[in-house]
Amino acid sequence: MEEIVNLFHGFAVALQPFNIMVMLLGIVLGVIIGVLPGLGGANGVAILLPLTFSMPPTSAIIMLSCIYWGALFGGAITSILFNIPGEPWSVATTFDGYPMAQQGKAGEALTAAFTSSFVGALFAVIMITLVAPLVASFALQFGPAEKFAVYFLAFCSFVGLSKEPPFKTIAAMMMGFALAAVGLDSITGQLRLTFGFTHLLNGFDFLIAVIGLFGIGEILLTMEEGLAFKGGKAKIDLKVVLQTWKNLPKYWLTMLRSCFIGCWMGITPAGATPASFMSYGIAKRVSKNGNNFGKGEIEGVIAPETAAHAAGTAALLPMLSLGVPGSPTAAVLLGGLLIWGLQPGPMLFVEQKEFVWGLIASMYLGNLFGLIVVLTCVPIFAAILRVPFSIIAPLILVLCAIGAYSVHSSTFDVMMMLVFGVVGYLLKKCNYPLAPLVLAIVLGDKAEEAFRQSLLGSQGSLGIFFSNPLVSTIMVLGLIALFWSAIQEGITRLRGTRTAAA
Amino acid sequence: MKSSVLRIALATVAVLCTGGMASAAWEPVRPVEFIVPAGTGGGADQMARTIQGIVTKHNLMKQPLVVINKSGGAGGEGFLDVKSSVNNPHKIIITLSNLFTTPLATGIPFNWKDLTPVAMLALDEFVLWVNADKPYKNVKDYIDAVKKAPPGSIKMGGTGSKQEDQIITVAVEKASSTKFTYIPYKGGGEVAVQLVGNHIDSSVNNPIEAVAQWRGGKLRPLCVFDGKQMAYGDPIADGKGWKDIPTCKSQGLDMEYLMLRGVFMSPKATKDQVDYYIELFKKVRATPEWQDFMKSGAFNTTFLTGADYAKWVEVEEKRHEVLMKEAGFLAGN
Amino acid sequence: MTTNSSSAAGPKHRVVEAGIAVLIALFGVIVIIGSVKAGINWGAEGPRAGFFPFYIGIFIVVSSAINFWHGLRDGDDGLFAEWGQLRQVMSVVIPTAIYVGSMPFTGLYLASLIFIGYFMRWLGKYRWVTVLGVAFGMPIITYFIFERYFMVPLPKGPIEDWLGI
Repeated sequence: MEEIVNLFHGFAVALQPFNIMVMLLGIVLGVIIGVLPGLGGANGVAILLPLTFSMPPTSAIIMLSCIYWGALFGGAITSILFNIPGEPWSVATTFDGYPMAQQGKAGEALTAAFTSSFVGALFAVIMITLVAPLVASFALQFGPAEKFAVYFLAFCSFVGLSKEPPFKTIAAMMMGFALAAVGLDSITGQLRLTFGFTHLLNGFDFLIAVIGLFGIGEILLTMEEGLAFKGGKAKIDLKVVLQTWKNLPKYWLTMLRSCFIGCWMGITPAGATPASFMSYGIAKRVSKNGNNFGKGEIEGVIAPETAAHAAGTAALLPMLSLGVPGSPTAAVLLGGLLIWGLQPGPMLFVEQKEFVWGLIASMYLGNLFGLIVVLTCVPIFAAILRVPFSIIAPLILVLCAIGAYSVHSSTFDVMMMLVFGVVGYLLKKCNYPLAPLVLAIVLGDKAEEAFRQSLLGSQGSLGIFFSNPLVSTIMVLGLIALFWSAIQEGITRLRGTRTAAA
Repeated sequence: MKSSVLRIALATVAVLCTGGMASAAWEPVRPVEFIVPAGTGGGADQMARTIQGIVTKHNLMKQPLVVINKSGGAGGEGFLDVKSSVNNPHKIIITLSNLFTTPLATGIPFNWKDLTPVAMLALDEFVLWVNADKPYKNVKDYIDAVKKAPPGSIKMGGTGSKQEDQIITVAVEKASSTKFTYIPYKGGGEVAVQLVGNHIDSSVNNPIEAVAQWRGGKLRPLCVFDGKQMAYGDPIADGKGWKDIPTCKSQGLDMEYLMLRGVFMSPKATKDQVDYYIELFKKVRATPEWQDFMKSGAFNTTFLTGADYAKWVEVEEKRHEVLMKEAGFLAGN
Repeated sequence: MTTNSSSAAGPKHRVVEAGIAVLIALFGVIVIIGSVKAGINWGAEGPRAGFFPFYIGIFIVVSSAINFWHGLRDGDDGLFAEWGQLRQVMSVVIPTAIYVGSMPFTGLYLASLIFIGYFMRWLGKYRWVTVLGVAFGMPIITYFIFERYFMVPLPKGPIEDWLGI
């Protein structure tokens, strides 16, 4: 096939010594960016974009995409070790990754996270290699109504999962929606819920809320028990990687499912965050270990990580073939392409063959290099937990403050972070679930925007959400997910005492 | 860490080096923050980062130039930040039309006169686009079709709400006595793709946002909202280039709109400080990278500084006030 | 320090729970007021800016009322936390609040230095050498990574001005 020939030509380009060097540098920078809260993928790539300005375009995009990969890998590290997700799509990784780390299984959690990221991204790259043009036309079918349907599905597959009292879940989720609504209303262009307070212009960034609720809240909870030193359990040799690998093939079905969810969400412009939540939610429902989710189940790390990375990688496809970014980071990469005089879009694959296939080849290699780099570092990362709490706690607090500040360069955000921290501590003690709150902050305004764009287009008719087979199917899937437990109960009852284990 | 002694020494050396030249004595002594009142990946952000890259590559500044996005409240966050940085000459801001539209539409306490004007770097064009599969070959075809369709059923997509794209849409409605349903999106690239996917019927994208789809034969430009045709003649699709797009006025749509891509700095800057940045941007404009960038986005390369620039901005502000008042976009009503 | 005082007193769980529910309801009310200001009706072209937040506010108030009632009726009688534990928590919250509050004036570096030093010396009881090593090391590393390599400016105060960085 012509694609394969092109790909091998691409490998030849990517494997030039200069490009390999650039790749490794990118991965290392990316991991650093991913670990430091507040920098994150999009900001990190944007910050380093001008550095690549003096390189040839192919090397430059290889470097930037490797930074992107490094950041994706790096994001999982803080989620698992400190319960601080650096990116929206790492939130679901904390649910089981952090409990695993607390149980002394940080090494396993990290290995599982990195490996499933690799699998997810690899799957997506293979898909890009084989079916790029075909898939691009699918993405074009997504208007506002379809996008809303995808968000709806993400919510539905996630709610109804928590074991907390239902009204507490509702209260938490609604608080998230309300916080997401603060600031400028993108449809009418008017300010809302700011009460004339200019600090609230930009609303509540997800990162501030998450650093506070998850990171600071967790430190406060730990403080209740005093400064007792309990990190020593973490194993710190490379054998843990091999041992975890032995167990991973068991979860092939979870991985495959998450790959599909991720690719699908990455191509639709919905992106990696709904993918990770959806994948986690579905895995929890269908897994026979479902009840252990949230208590340190390795499958709960595999599902969101695989999906997030499949989506993150697949998001590059619409960027290259349509010129529409599937994620904020892809948006920055897109800006990079334009600066180097490359026009993403339908003609890119025809006119800039060497560039496109060099990039795709670098995705394979960058991913592989990234995996090797981070896996060899697993023991080092896990060893961080051995540092006594009274040293690591102030350092984490300072890093949280830096992260919160660098999101919008605002000291007000740092204060909000502490407020969120205290709120997170109180809510957690009172048995309010935090995950729906964060999900609502992340997706709330996007879902509302898509909903209202749809209604503008349909002149107020709700029928638009069932106006074509695509949107109807997604909406129905969402409704099924929403009432899944009821449906499942019904099935179980029909079958008598036989429990439905998928 | 540099000591203050070292700093003074360096400053002295710098003064001595430039001493031979006229009076441009001021130079930044610490990193300069380049504020972008828009999100990462957008048009203003691209331009700012291109400038940052050019400055770094050609070593045009002794101190680093750091790009910071402050997009909250349709850019209001960025404007208020620079407004509050009185006497900090290490802060400059790149603006788009939200310099006028954001304060008018949201009522935040800000006016461009709070800042010190530096230079107009370029003007961004607006083009009326339709899907290439549709039968509309020119403006007249399209406007006739809009008139025939039930009112409000034709959808115009654009970036943001009560901002430049919607202002143009309202002006088009008025000039042709038609009615569109305006649908706001987050970014121009998204609008172009929505148009390719036929989720909207037309857009007023900037050239750079839609050029890829034009090349790919997915979109068709109908007219440009400028007083004269664009300057770039290289063929892009079907042997046509930017130069071949007629002006909207010649097609019976009497509307001109250009978007400012200019630079302001913090309030109460001295003449020396402003002159430093003007010289800097003159050097940036002379680089081949900048010229490539201008060409890729089919920008209007008008460059204004000082009183001319201030006057241009003032006229434009008045115009926005009128346009937005007529459209009912002003805050508090 | 207080881990073995099992009979210790502290705020009752149900009281705290009811308090939280009231606070959340209050938040809901603020959201409702803000939404009404933004316009809550369903305009000709779909919902207006305050439409969704308004109903979200109502949901918050209603579910908090239910949580309040549940909390008082069948909330557990145990302690929310012992006073000793709360003191531990406050020993982090208060310095962090001072740290965060002073950052706009002193800059991040100086505040971090003092904060880390305080935390390690008074809570962790480390030797001064260790304390000073970490307290100075962290801001310096931060400076090089953020300001130098990634060119992300962090808040600075008079000390940095004086040093000219």
